[in-house]
Amino acid sequence: MFETFLAIVRRDLILAMRRRSDVLTILFFFVIVVSLFPLGIGPEMNTLRLIAPGVVWVAALLASMLALERLFAIDYADGALEQMLLAPQPLSLLVLGKVTAHWLVTGLPVVLMAPVLGIQYDLSLDGLRVLVITLLLGTPALSLIGAIGAALTLGLRGGGVLVSLLVLPLTIPVLIFGAGAVEATVSGLGGEGHMSMLAAILVLSMFFAPLAAAAALRVSVE
Amino acid sequence: MLEVVDLECVRGDRRLFTNLSFSLSKGELLYLYGHNGSGKTTLMRAVCGLLHPTEGEIRWDGEPIRELSEEYTREVLYIGHKNGIKDDLTALENLRILSTLDGVHMTEEQAWDALERIGLRGFEDLPTTVLSQGQKRRVALARLLAHQAKLWILDEPFTALDRAAVELLQQVIREHLEQGGMAFLTTHQEVELTEGQVKRLQLGEGGQVSV
Repeated sequence: MFETFLAIVRRDLILAMRRRSDVLTILFFFVIVVSLFPLGIGPEMNTLRLIAPGVVWVAALLASMLALERLFAIDYADGALEQMLLAPQPLSLLVLGKVTAHWLVTGLPVVLMAPVLGIQYDLSLDGLRVLVITLLLGTPALSLIGAIGAALTLGLRGGGVLVSLLVLPLTIPVLIFGAGAVEATVSGLGGEGHMSMLAAILVLSMFFAPLAAAAALRVSVE
Repeated sequence: MLEVVDLECVRGDRRLFTNLSFSLSKGELLYLYGHNGSGKTTLMRAVCGLLHPTEGEIRWDGEPIRELSEEYTREVLYIGHKNGIKDDLTALENLRILSTLDGVHMTEEQAWDALERIGLRGFEDLPTTVLSQGQKRRVALARLLAHQAKLWILDEPFTALDRAAVELLQQVIREHLEQGGMAFLTTHQEVELTEGQVKRLQLGEGGQVSV
């Protein structure tokens, strides 16, 4: 069973490496959105420090939405999804494999790039550290929750916009706790509580989101 | 043994078939035919379990397939209109990943052999995007050579294949039937396989099975 999970992860990683432009688009989108704010607002360090957690988190959220549309769409078009549905393995496990690979190519680069961008906002070292940790906990949850939306809107026209409308409200807790943890750390309150909540959201979504997405896929493919 | 009892499928507002019943036992071939739009693909997808019929039941060894779920999908291999192969992967990678999904462990050597037998020698290491339609079809069909599923559901398997490949595929299906397998197929092409003593099911006119 674990073998199939790894096979799906490996397959999607190979596919992503052969189509690097898709991955780079997401990362550049994130970099550009985050970099636009200091340019628009001006070099007022106090303001920038204040808005940094929110801006980085919102940009990460939008970047992850941007990538969602393609999560199942290609597999659906070439028939690979049908074969996954007919595989004698739990579909939720295969979905988890797909989401894992998806996060590794779209989420992880964002996490790694975030501290570099955080320097533009004059975030303290502690703030940067917490920013990376919260993104590390939060972006997989975003991918998992997003997978449900992507599965539900599969095969619909204008699915891309619909995914965002469906999924964005569900990601609000991740945003609040993610940005909240950084703010709390910067202001000296300590962000441990927020981070525990993020970890809890991640664990819950790891368990429930693949099940929900698998059920949605069965309906969409029919 | 596969049993289909009083099946009814509705797509949109159109009732494709109703009260459709048939059964398929070891070593039997069921040839499904009917004009375009008569519901052949819908019936096949329902038998795979991809689509829930409006009415009726599909049973495998006496048990409804919805309750068996993974126990049933292990016994079934479906090749539909879409090949289910990834354009950016090579034929070899495609075949190995598909068989891992099927729960069959295929060594690299077995995969090379299967591709050679299906007539893709020299194309194993190329991304399938550069292959022709017929060659892509062959990659998808190479799965049949290494698969242990009892029931093969093949929706128009002969499309885009050249004469030699059609012959080979018929041979593979015959071997499968001789080993006690079952096959359920549609085709618009004239092939020897569907002549003679096979079960036939015509859709569009009452959906009766004739032998």
